[in-house]
Amino acid sequence: MAAQSTIEQRERTAPAGATASATRRPGGAGAGLLRFARNTWRPAAVLVAILLVWWMVTAADLVKPYLVPSPGTTLDVVLAQPGYFAHHTWITTYETVLGFAIAIVVGVLSAVVMVYSPTVEKSLYPLLLFAQVIPKIAIAPLFIVWLGFGLSPKVVVAVLMAFFPIVISTVTGMKSIDPEMLQLSATMGAGPAQTFRKIRFPAALPHLFAGLKVAATMAVTGAVVGEFVGANEGLGYVILQANGNLDTPTLFAGLIIMSLLGVVLFVVVELLEYLVLPWHASRRTDSATTTL
Amino acid sequence: MTVGNTTTQRSADATGTGATVEIDEVAVRFRTKKKDVTALRDVSLRIEPGEFVAIVGASGCGKSTLLKLVSGLLRPSSGQVRLHGEDVRGPRRDIGYIFQRAALLEWRTARRNILLQAEMRGMPKAQARQRVDELIAMTGLTGFEDAYPNELSGGMQQRVALCRALLHRPPVLLMDEPFGALDALTREQMNVELRRIWRETGTTVLLVTHSIAEAVYLANRVIVMTPRPGTVAEVIDVDLPVERDYGQTMSAPEFARATGRIRDLLGATTTAE
Repeated sequence: MAAQSTIEQRERTAPAGATASATRRPGGAGAGLLRFARNTWRPAAVLVAILLVWWMVTAADLVKPYLVPSPGTTLDVVLAQPGYFAHHTWITTYETVLGFAIAIVVGVLSAVVMVYSPTVEKSLYPLLLFAQVIPKIAIAPLFIVWLGFGLSPKVVVAVLMAFFPIVISTVTGMKSIDPEMLQLSATMGAGPAQTFRKIRFPAALPHLFAGLKVAATMAVTGAVVGEFVGANEGLGYVILQANGNLDTPTLFAGLIIMSLLGVVLFVVVELLEYLVLPWHASRRTDSATTTL
Repeated sequence: MTVGNTTTQRSADATGTGATVEIDEVAVRFRTKKKDVTALRDVSLRIEPGEFVAIVGASGCGKSTLLKLVSGLLRPSSGQVRLHGEDVRGPRRDIGYIFQRAALLEWRTARRNILLQAEMRGMPKAQARQRVDELIAMTGLTGFEDAYPNELSGGMQQRVALCRALLHRPPVLLMDEPFGALDALTREQMNVELRRIWRETGTTVLLVTHSIAEAVYLANRVIVMTPRPGTVAEVIDVDLPVERDYGQTMSAPEFARATGRIRDLLGATTTAE
């Protein structure tokens, strides 16, 4: 019995391909979604536990309600003015997603140019680094001066925040390609465009997605930083207002919605990764699949 | 024995020289930060259509450099390299290249990895698909067509790389330690299969290897190279029958003579260092 189970185990852990494993490949979109769901219940459980602790702390009156409102009060605030929260959430979502999208386009394009032209890379890298290290909160007022009170300064800050991880990860990804693969491509008579489309870009995708996940959370921060500096709508505005009025339930509600926004964006990117890269995700062990 | 050979003969006839690969007094020097390194010097070779030539030598003697020269991935510092009588000036499309690592795209199945060759060359789809089926059957990949590289063993991955290199029926196959990463048993198996595939296709093969046994079993001629700067120490003709059973060949007196001679040469050159 024991001996049999060890054999089974060994078979299971044997390098794939030793047996005809083509049939039991864990791939495809459906399997990806299933794996995704399997990996989500643990973080969900932790979240429930945190809510429970929060509720117990406030229910037992361990802290004053005006310092930490109960989960119920916080929910009531949202339910009392659903239109108000929906509007401001939509504004921040819009700024975040637009900033993120622009950062992807600009980031990937600059990465491609940098990989193909060492001159551009050398001249652009210091500038990139400079744009990254300068505190966004410090230059955000400048964008307000330049671009006014509307949505555009917030989008610009979001782009600035999200841009850097995308460029770095795409450059790394495109450079990590096996040089022999590129030589092979040359003997196949492939031009630079073909090599890029069929070899370089797909090979960079795992790195790109790693960068996108970081960038997604950065974009939310960027949009809110922009709103903090000067806005009359958006979640950053809601939080500032609530802070000024010592309205902690609204403050908490704003904070939670904002975090949820970041998490949702992150999950969307991760979901996309599962769908686009089944070949890559399938090689990971279950425990390492998600950072949620 | 069909298309590969006729292509070779056609281009050979056109130039009148006859040789598939000609290397004339080639030298390769690399410039590093500190000093110039001579990788190859005074290398002259002539490889006839349909030959199987193995290149052996110590690590770093420029064996792989030699293949890169023939493929046009690298230009010689001096001397001339000709393929089918034409000067090699840039990457050549009329070759098949195989590296020690299979260099497969991990997001493509075995079949689609082989098809990459056809896609890059813009081959007609139906024709390419038929050719892939042929190659899969020939290399024993049947049943693994739809497996991804990470699901294949090293030997299977190398078979996929071989199919990819043979897809366009190249008249010349360049192999850079193709079985170096395989275990001994798989390696022997692959040797037997490569020998059979070479006889079936009639392709001219240049094989770089570290294994003396592999070189002698597979090749008609073995080129022994000296350590850096690499040059040809001796060319050994292997006088074994065309039909080579692996076990019988290993115990043949001619096999012992050839391997012994190569071992002497490599030993002599290393002790001389």
